Amino acid sequence: MRDEGWLDDEGFLGAMEISETLPGLNAVNMAIIMGDNLRGIAGAAVSVIGMLLPGSIVVMVLGILYQSNHSNPELKRFLLGIAAAAVGLLSAVTLQIGRRQFRQLPDIAIVIITFLAVSSLKLQLFVVLLGIGPISVWLYRPHVSKPRAEDEHLPFHRGARHHLFRH
Amino acid sequence: MTRLIHLFLVFSLLSVLAVGGGTAVLPEMQHMTVHTFHWLTDGQFRSIYSLGQVAPGPNMLMVLVIGYKLAGWAGMVVVGIGFFLPDCIITLFVNRWWVRLGGWPWRTSIQRGLAPVAIGLMMSGTYAIAKLSIVNAQTLAIAVVVFGILLWRHINPGVLVLVGGAAYVLLS
Repeated sequence: MRDEGWLDDEGFLGAMEISETLPGLNAVNMAIIMGDNLRGIAGAAVSVIGMLLPGSIVVMVLGILYQSNHSNPELKRFLLGIAAAAVGLLSAVTLQIGRRQFRQLPDIAIVIITFLAVSSLKLQLFVVLLGIGPISVWLYRPHVSKPRAEDEHLPFHRGARHHLFRH
Repeated sequence: MTRLIHLFLVFSLLSVLAVGGGTAVLPEMQHMTVHTFHWLTDGQFRSIYSLGQVAPGPNMLMVLVIGYKLAGWAGMVVVGIGFFLPDCIITLFVNRWWVRLGGWPWRTSIQRGLAPVAIGLMMSGTYAIAKLSIVNAQTLAIAVVVFGILLWRHINPGVLVLVGGAAYVLLS
């Protein structure tokens, strides 16, 4: 992006901020924002299609191959190994994005309560979001948040995670 | 037709609830597709999730395969639109308002407050896949080794998961 002269660092971080806060895949949200900022709605549409089309074709080819070979034991084991590797990958991504949250007590509490609400209590996602979300936002309501450097407000650490960006 | 409508409703609901990205909605997606609607088994859900890991681009594109498996090409289209379009529209609108919200103090509060919720949801998504895939010592070892390698070096995750799959075929 920077090499093409499309966006400066500040623009990139701003887009990242919106992408991480809004629902949806971060990479897709980023594509929308950058496309919209450069060329309006048409730009947003083109960049989302550009981001999703190649992967869609590949995943559908794999899906069709899987449909016709799904009882093959070797393939089953291969896919199980991939899922196990994905657990390692997702753990690393979560840790990397959540580094800041794992340091501060109120954040740790919200992380744990959210995790238990979904994974242990099996509450529905909208219940969890509507229940815990407002409480968590209230904890950081304007007059209690201490003035910090702008960078400190980002829920992630800048840099060093672009290779994991597709999550 | 009823199935297409159900697919659209389920995946568009997941779309607007995806605070924290695709991983954050995995438990709900698994619950709905496997337990509520009995569209897939746990094993099928896990296998389709793995296909998404191998394809380039966002790995949540695997939802297209779920749509295709359940209702053919129409299912694929309906799930793709349901899962991606609502978020795109939300992001487009918010992007245009965001700058104007610059001086609004709650903007930072919302960002700051939703961040730990998103992390908790991502942990739940990771745990959901772990419950489906960590079934023996070999799978546990693969997950731990991949985790360790990624903390240590920046290696293309797509290559790493392929190696993980091949390693399990050899180890089991």
